[in-house]
Amino acid sequence: MLYLAYKNLVSKPLNTILSVLLLMISIALATFVLQIRSQLNRHLESNIKPFDMVVGAKGSPLQLVLSSVLHIDNPTGNISFEKARNLVRGRMVKEKIPVAYGDNYKGIRILGTTKRYLTVYSARINRGRLNEKPFEVVLGDQAAKKIGLQIGDTFVSSHGLAESGFETHDEKPFTVTGILKPSGTVVDHLIITTLESIWQVHEHEDDHSANEDEHEGTHEEEEEHKEVHGIHDGAKHGEEQADMPSIFTEDYKEEHNEGHGKHEEERHVDHDLHKEEKEITSVLVKFRNPVGALQRSRFINEETAMQAALPKFEIERLMKFLGVGFQTINIMAIVILLFAGLSIFINLVKTVRERKQELALLRTYGANTLQLMLLVFMEALFLSLIGFVLGWVFGRLGVLAFSKFSTNSYGYHFAFGTPDSNELFVFIIVILTTLLAAILASLSIFKLNVSKIITDA
Amino acid sequence: MIQTSALQFAYDSSGIDAFSFPDIDLPPKENLLILGPSGVGKTTFLHLLAGLIPPKTGDVFIADNCLNRLTRKQLDRFRGQHIGLIFQNTHFIRSLTLLENLILRERISVKKNDRYRREELLMHLGLSNLLNKKVYHLSEGQRQRLSIALGVVHKPKVILADEPTSNLDDANCEKVISLLKKEAEICKSNLVIITHDQRVKSHFKNHINL
Repeated sequence: MLYLAYKNLVSKPLNTILSVLLLMISIALATFVLQIRSQLNRHLESNIKPFDMVVGAKGSPLQLVLSSVLHIDNPTGNISFEKARNLVRGRMVKEKIPVAYGDNYKGIRILGTTKRYLTVYSARINRGRLNEKPFEVVLGDQAAKKIGLQIGDTFVSSHGLAESGFETHDEKPFTVTGILKPSGTVVDHLIITTLESIWQVHEHEDDHSANEDEHEGTHEEEEEHKEVHGIHDGAKHGEEQADMPSIFTEDYKEEHNEGHGKHEEERHVDHDLHKEEKEITSVLVKFRNPVGALQRSRFINEETAMQAALPKFEIERLMKFLGVGFQTINIMAIVILLFAGLSIFINLVKTVRERKQELALLRTYGANTLQLMLLVFMEALFLSLIGFVLGWVFGRLGVLAFSKFSTNSYGYHFAFGTPDSNELFVFIIVILTTLLAAILASLSIFKLNVSKIITDA
Repeated sequence: MIQTSALQFAYDSSGIDAFSFPDIDLPPKENLLILGPSGVGKTTFLHLLAGLIPPKTGDVFIADNCLNRLTRKQLDRFRGQHIGLIFQNTHFIRSLTLLENLILRERISVKKNDRYRREELLMHLGLSNLLNKKVYHLSEGQRQRLSIALGVVHKPKVILADEPTSNLDDANCEKVISLLKKEAEICKSNLVIITHDQRVKSHFKNHINL
């Protein structure tokens, strides 16, 4: 019986192919969209989860979130390290992590930040050790694979976030001290270093141009190094007492005092100026209570020259935009599914009509009506199973192809996901559609007049 | 054995155009030829015997089973097991080969697969070398013989043949008749042939005219 159903399908290849093709396209579209949406959601969620608020330069809040949290867009601009840390202190603040951009290596962004950054993303070291000193870096898993550097290798960064060989900071090479385990978050696609590294790369640049005719340049730079170490140590100190509310301010005071003690007046002023110039891209903040994020962001947006964006809110907005696109594709998939169902139905009706004689013959062989209907059902199920499996495979191939593209341009990787509950739902819909088509098509089997058909032929 | 009593058939319920058929009582292994011109209801009679259509009145007994007391499903089953039909126009499953057609018939009718029986039958009918041919590639004579094979492969109690020779030349006609008689003998079944073909008459001692 099964064999006969199969043979019947094969003997009418054109009809069969049309039905299967329609079904396949519909399933491929539907599963593709489902996969992309769910994986994108998961990605975004795991990436924005550690933070409630981002403080950065004025501009589009979405851009700020995209650049500082998801590391895909360009930053809105720089803000003063100083001012930013004053804005995000207080009891409500659980976590505040400054991030600074500036450079890339082979298109991979080099992010200057503190160690807490890796902690909140639970990124752990795989090989080597964490970066301790300026110009030491750890590589995200994917980043390491892409640029192919090993521990101990050095490289020089290029200016800006886009890959270009124009401007390189040849004088300050970075050293890879470790490679991180894959974490499934943005960290995988970054090169992580300390804030100081970013500052120094660019300060050096400034010095270089400013002190072109001044032979004192090198000395000044050395002094700065010390200062920078001061900050670094302070930050580390703060980490150990994560509960302490305003790390930044206290660090700053410490540093400030230190500065007073160590340096003569003139140099201090000079230095203070420099410190004023220390800029970061943004500060990522986690509040103890999400309400805090709302209040604080309103305050920052209204009262300061900086802006605060709420990642969760911005991403929800983004997904709403994308949702329209997904919805459109979904509707297309449903329409095609309807056509596939219709095609299967027409196919079956034709089968039943054309094979009336054969069905009647089977009745004379002793097959009953139910068995004949079963035959039609099996043909239909064959069609839909083949269509579904092919469609599913093509959907997955689509995801893989898309993943390749998105990994290259956004560092977003989409996995070959196992069948999920949504797809089970699609499968059930397909089977139900098929069964409905089969039932409608096989109704005439009940009225099959065997005697007449046999005689008329 | 086949028995009928007071068989009547009508296409519509008014019963105006009803056909009446003579009672027959055929002991086991006996053959019967039913002769008559076109339009007297020969085929209708045969389909009544096969239970393909219900009679208006009267009963059909085959091997002591009253056909019109069986349910639809039981009747299908009974027909499959105990009746072999051979049609005037040959019917096959087009998407299957000759051999597949035979196997399918066996599967549906008796749910078993008697290879020895099949091969012997195909040899008798001279179809042994055509097993994997699609049925629509067969010649008229080959189709007629395959039709016979399909009618008797499951060793039915009753073989009902509707004009089995009308499309055949004299030589093939002779051959088909003798094959049918031989198979009926092997299967120990009743053979009932309806035809208007007078050539067949001499081969059977029992015949009735409609």
